[in-house]
Amino acid sequence: MLTCAEVTELVTSYLEGQMAWRRRMAFRLHLGMCKHCRAYLRQMKSTVKVLGRVPADPIPPELRDDLARRLVAMRKKDG
Amino acid sequence: MNGSERVRADDGALVARLIAGEARAFGELVDRFHARMVRLAMGFVADRGAAEEVVQDTWLVVMTGLEGFEGRSSLGTWIFRILANRARTRAVRERRTVPFSALGDGAEDGDSGLGARFDGVGHWSTPPRAWSEEDPERVCLRREAMEVLGRAMDALPANQRLVVMLRDVEGLESDEVCNILEVSETNQRVLLHRARTKLRTALEEHLG
Ligand SMILES: [Zn+2]
Repeated sequence: MLTCAEVTELVTSYLEGQMAWRRRMAFRLHLGMCKHCRAYLRQMKSTVKVLGRVPADPIPPELRDDLARRLVAMRKKDG
Repeated sequence: MNGSERVRADDGALVARLIAGEARAFGELVDRFHARMVRLAMGFVADRGAAEEVVQDTWLVVMTGLEGFEGRSSLGTWIFRILANRARTRAVRERRTVPFSALGDGAEDGDSGLGARFDGVGHWSTPPRAWSEEDPERVCLRREAMEVLGRAMDALPANQRLVVMLRDVEGLESDEVCNILEVSETNQRVLLHRARTKLRTALEEHLG
């Protein structure tokens, strides 16, 4: 029987599909009985999805065109 | 959107247009990657100026090496690998201690921060708080939540930040992350786990 503390330590292995089946069964059994760990897993999945949507600070438009031109020049110098 | 940097069907087409010298393709390449390259470079080197130099070095290697892109990984993964190598080369040249020299064991930061939330037999004593919003799309629309997340990312040890950046923010596969950062599969997972644990806690403090 896994404890809640163990479930939170195993959650990444679980989400990464890196858990042996016996472990996985124990993990799921715990989830079936523990709403706190279900909430934890759900929030962890949300966190990962939110991270996948974090935008990078965009490049200013004037630098963008200048950089694109420099990249063209790098190609020409090479060729 | 970043999210999933899987092999993309149009990567090969974009590279072909670049090789053909089509001016517009260079603008598209900059739009798709430059900001993300700067963000990733910031994970390797201390300051913005150094990060931008690493990105410039990377662009030069990418431009002179386009013919070597074989499409076995996504274009993004290929570029990020070059960037990581440039950042390492620079660190060696400047003999600076860099974050990923600590990537070796990842054990220096063993506290997930959750310990205090369990009782003596490992049951929740302070259970996860319900979030006012769990839908990722809607969490992303909350400026404050995203700022909280950004600050929590900044506060991560550099090795954890690099792993979570490549894996979750950029959406690379774990074997690609291991390859780029030169860490073992196990270490990668440990670092990813610690980072995700802290980032969930940060969101909980804001949304819970
Ligand atoms: Zn539990």
